[in-house]
Amino acid sequence: MSLKKVSKTQPELFKFTADNLQKANKEIKKYPKNRKASSVIALLYLAQNQNDNWIPLAAIKYVAGILDMPYIKVYEVVTFYSMFNLSPVGKYFVQVCTTTPCMIRGAKKITDICKKYISNNQHELSENKLCSWIEVECLGSCVSSPMMQINQDYFEDLDESKTKEIIQKLLKDDFSEPGSAKNRKSNAPVGEKKTLLEIKNA
Amino acid sequence: MLKDEDRIFKNLYNDLGWDIESAINRNDWAQTKDIILKGKETIIREIKESELRGRGGAGFPTGLKLSFAPKELGSRPHYLVINADESEPGTCKDRDILRFEPQKLIEGCLITSYAISAHTCYIYIRGEYFREGQRLQKAIDEAYKKKFLGKNACGSGWDLDIHIHYGAGAYICGEETALLESLEGNKGQPRLKPPFPALVGLYGCPTIVNNVETIAVIPTILKKGAKWFSSLGKPKNTGTKIFCISGNVNNPCNVEEEMGIPLKDLIEKHAGGVVGGWNNLQAVIPGGSSMPILPKNICETITMDFDSLIKVKSGLGTAGIVVINKDQDIIKCMARIAKFYKHESCGQCTPCREGTGWMWRMLERMGNGDAAYKEIDLLYDVTKQVEGHTICAFGEGSSWPIQGLLRHFRKEIEQRCHEEPIFKKKNDIPYLIDQHLLDNDNA
Repeated sequence: MSLKKVSKTQPELFKFTADNLQKANKEIKKYPKNRKASSVIALLYLAQNQNDNWIPLAAIKYVAGILDMPYIKVYEVVTFYSMFNLSPVGKYFVQVCTTTPCMIRGAKKITDICKKYISNNQHELSENKLCSWIEVECLGSCVSSPMMQINQDYFEDLDESKTKEIIQKLLKDDFSEPGSAKNRKSNAPVGEKKTLLEIKNA
Repeated sequence: MLKDEDRIFKNLYNDLGWDIESAINRNDWAQTKDIILKGKETIIREIKESELRGRGGAGFPTGLKLSFAPKELGSRPHYLVINADESEPGTCKDRDILRFEPQKLIEGCLITSYAISAHTCYIYIRGEYFREGQRLQKAIDEAYKKKFLGKNACGSGWDLDIHIHYGAGAYICGEETALLESLEGNKGQPRLKPPFPALVGLYGCPTIVNNVETIAVIPTILKKGAKWFSSLGKPKNTGTKIFCISGNVNNPCNVEEEMGIPLKDLIEKHAGGVVGGWNNLQAVIPGGSSMPILPKNICETITMDFDSLIKVKSGLGTAGIVVINKDQDIIKCMARIAKFYKHESCGQCTPCREGTGWMWRMLERMGNGDAAYKEIDLLYDVTKQVEGHTICAFGEGSSWPIQGLLRHFRKEIEQRCHEEPIFKKKNDIPYLIDQHLLDNDNA
């Protein structure tokens, strides 16, 4: 379970854009007719994306209304799952994995860079309000560690200089090419691979 | 070493292209209709004979699991749910299947759905794998276009729809009943079992939940035959498996190998060896963070399969191998894992909700050299109070790695502990209270 801080400044109203409303209806249709609640996570993602990476309370009420769910049930879901933000995180939200496999390959260097360039503390916006960072638990990219996720993209096989470059560009509103800093296209070993040498598409 | 022709995931490194045409060239979607026309019993029997065991961590025989679904479709629909909530630290195999071999998974979904009489299949992907989910959605759309899904899927006479459902960053949703709760739109807290999902699962209907890798290997097993699959590996531990080798190795990688391959081979041959040489090895987590660590002397000879690892009081789990060399502080490594479990406990059962925090804080103190000797036994006791006293296996998952540390690295902990308790207050403290909280104003 994660600790959530609800933003003190809240917009009064929230409504899906026409495009998002269409997407929401598509999500709802994935589930049986009387099981609309199943799409709550999907709708909350839509709300979060529409509102610069965070979910205002008005959006929780709005989603609850669409899905015929009690407000508190949706609130419960929002606070249970760690990927929903209840206060602004900036246009670029940096999540650094620090669980053991990343930790032993130098995740601390990555968090130090975030501290130095973005903000001294986690959950704190950078001076230009563009960016914030947090430490997160395993992001499932252990073979290409250390790594971080910025919004929806993974940046893998990081080292100090590459991370610095990515973060500095980010603070100038410039999003780097995601993927491996070692230019790996997959989780094949760097250098000489020992398997799948002879295989071609038949 | 396994021959390339016996590898199931030929596009594990995306050398051949993930799109449906490339996948068809690799023999995906070949004979699918014929396999389905053989009938449910034949399919399930064949999977049973292959001795395939679930690849998600528990190693439950897959054929047996499929046979738990009611034989005939009653008034309630049946569901197939694919668990792609890969969150176990050290594991990143399902991600590569979703990215590079999506058609194997989709084909497996069709065959399995038919075998358990399901017309709807949900694939539950962890929210962080957003890009992988997009890739899978494209692959699903391609399969629909080819009429491999939808009405009369692949000409088999069976209707199947597949939907992707994203999680939102909760490790516990990898537990099958928590996953179902999450799929229903609730917070992901595990259900009491029984009833088991095979009878009362999603929306109260019969549901089979399987891991991505398990389902993705099923088409190949049925095409090449159960005999071929069971000839690989060891008895009761058959087939191939994707191993993820991370941590202090020179070339971390994912590799598909035969079950029962020596751990040393995986590290030395495939991952380029331990950083600083084999003698610099301190310990290995063999199967994702929930599995107890193995010290170097066991790593010399251990083979990677379910039963061999159980014999040394560990487990194959998800086969996420984390190599830890002597440059690392082993206590701090495990303290970080304990913090992971503290963060991810869903809070439903008290022993886990409270215990994971205690275990983490005690390990942190031990790592910093602030603990007393007596606390070592207390820590072990806490792990025993948590293990087996929770609804789901999270209790075991969080306490086993610590028990492993205490079993193999007790000396290292003792070297850092004090003779005298650092808490001088003579409080009359009841059993098992997290004492330092009483002494620390900031806690």
